[in-house]
Amino acid sequence: MGKITVLRAGPLTTVQDLGRTNQRAAGVAIGGALDLHAARVANLLVGNAETAALLEIGLGKMRICFDDERILAWCGSEFRLRIADAELPPGRAAFVHPGEELEIDPPQHGCRAWIALSGGIDLPLVLGSRATDLRAGFGGFEGRALRDGDELPLGIAPNPSTTSRVASWGAPAEWARTASRHPILRVVRGSEWPDFTVAAQSAFFQESFTVSTKTDRMGARLEGAELRRMKNVEMLSEAVAPGTIQVANDGQPIVLLGDCQTIGGYPKIAHVITVDLPVAVQLRPNDTVRFHEITLTQAHDLFIARENNLERFRLGLRLRAS
Amino acid sequence: MTPLARMEITPLGDSALIVRVGDSLEDLLATARRLEVAKIPGVIDIASAFASLGVFFDGLQDFETCAAQVRAALGRKRGARKVAPRPRSIEIPVCYDPEFGLDLDDVAQHCRLSPNDIVLRHATADYRVRCVGFTPGFSFLSGLPRELATPRRATPRTAVPAGSVAIGGAQTGVYPLRSPGGWNIIGCTPLRLFDVTREPAALLRVGDRVRFVAITREKFERWGK
Repeated sequence: MGKITVLRAGPLTTVQDLGRTNQRAAGVAIGGALDLHAARVANLLVGNAETAALLEIGLGKMRICFDDERILAWCGSEFRLRIADAELPPGRAAFVHPGEELEIDPPQHGCRAWIALSGGIDLPLVLGSRATDLRAGFGGFEGRALRDGDELPLGIAPNPSTTSRVASWGAPAEWARTASRHPILRVVRGSEWPDFTVAAQSAFFQESFTVSTKTDRMGARLEGAELRRMKNVEMLSEAVAPGTIQVANDGQPIVLLGDCQTIGGYPKIAHVITVDLPVAVQLRPNDTVRFHEITLTQAHDLFIARENNLERFRLGLRLRAS
Repeated sequence: MTPLARMEITPLGDSALIVRVGDSLEDLLATARRLEVAKIPGVIDIASAFASLGVFFDGLQDFETCAAQVRAALGRKRGARKVAPRPRSIEIPVCYDPEFGLDLDDVAQHCRLSPNDIVLRHATADYRVRCVGFTPGFSFLSGLPRELATPRRATPRTAVPAGSVAIGGAQTGVYPLRSPGGWNIIGCTPLRLFDVTREPAALLRVGDRVRFVAITREKFERWGK
């Protein structure tokens, strides 16, 4: 069985997969790769099941050593990945020889990427997933972010069909590179939208919000126009989900991400639609974001269209492999 | 059960919805049970909050379709009898020693009672689990004697020890894991409220009846050994 050795871990590298989708009754966050779509695409590119465990990397330099041959693919923001001076572009499968080192430099914008390795990271399932739950300290590798020197076991991978360094084909560019410094995120209205003042409602869609430094895997905090409700009533906590935009007591919005709590007591002004979450999770301090309203039907159609495209992509990969 | 006409079904983004049931715990449990039994295609998770349920679907079906199926499941006459299983009764041993009850004196002062009275009243009341959330396994309990209600601390602690039993406003609960928290800590339980090696991992679930039983420091130390 192969393994990788993390020579330099970077500040927030974790083992993730598609997360825990059915543990909310126990208060367990979905977690997993913040961009589930990127994780699926990267896994497909290396011939893994979409549910295989992979690396989520944050800002900072990293170095990883391979002890056997593997196929690697990654998606996310503009990191620089190199092996033996060859650049590995996002969204392309790349071949790694035994003993080679992967070097990673942080991106100019965006802040996360997902690196899949053929065979997947072979760690035990905890509550049905290999994702690291950082807040509760379980899953992934010892329930924590990776440190220098950690060794991760890899699963058995079929012999690669190619040994060319970088495949000449890959995933669509918009799946491979997802970050944008000044994105417009599409949203649907939240259930407390009518409680906000007319001024707040128009500011929400007309002004831009700046990402604060208090941004993590639980949520991106934004700063901008103060969003006030007509009456400041206390709410009973209700279910929230990644993409939910809550407005805290200071009138500032928070876009919840994959590690968010299962329930929240702040008013929900809107929700980032599922297909725009990959952009939202790349926000980093001082980026600016605007919101654009669409209908639930449009959001659903966009989701179905992406799923159909992913199915075509899967089919294309299968044809190439055969 | 809450009449269907009085329930509110509202979207939670593009792949979930909220069913607002009203604040009766029995109605909430019955509604959750009906939805679980209905096994609606595409529904991947159902979780109760205080007066509502979150219903999460896989996104392949749209809100209207899912909402219609939720309404149909809740409107069905058949099977209403079977819906609510009897709540479980769970005892939670608590050591209220000052070493664990970091805020016991503050709570006593706020409530104008002696620390002993706080413990006596806290450990004789009957509680119900109203909601599990905040952190894995964290259970919000109703039933706190009114005279024990104490506002959250002005400055939350950055790290509350695992097992801490605490009062936050009119609710009480146990911190399953070391985590930040603003509730007033009055004791500690040796039980593990959340353990990923168990199935289910959370000791408590919504609807459970809970009692706290005061134990000595010695019993706390020996627990599980």
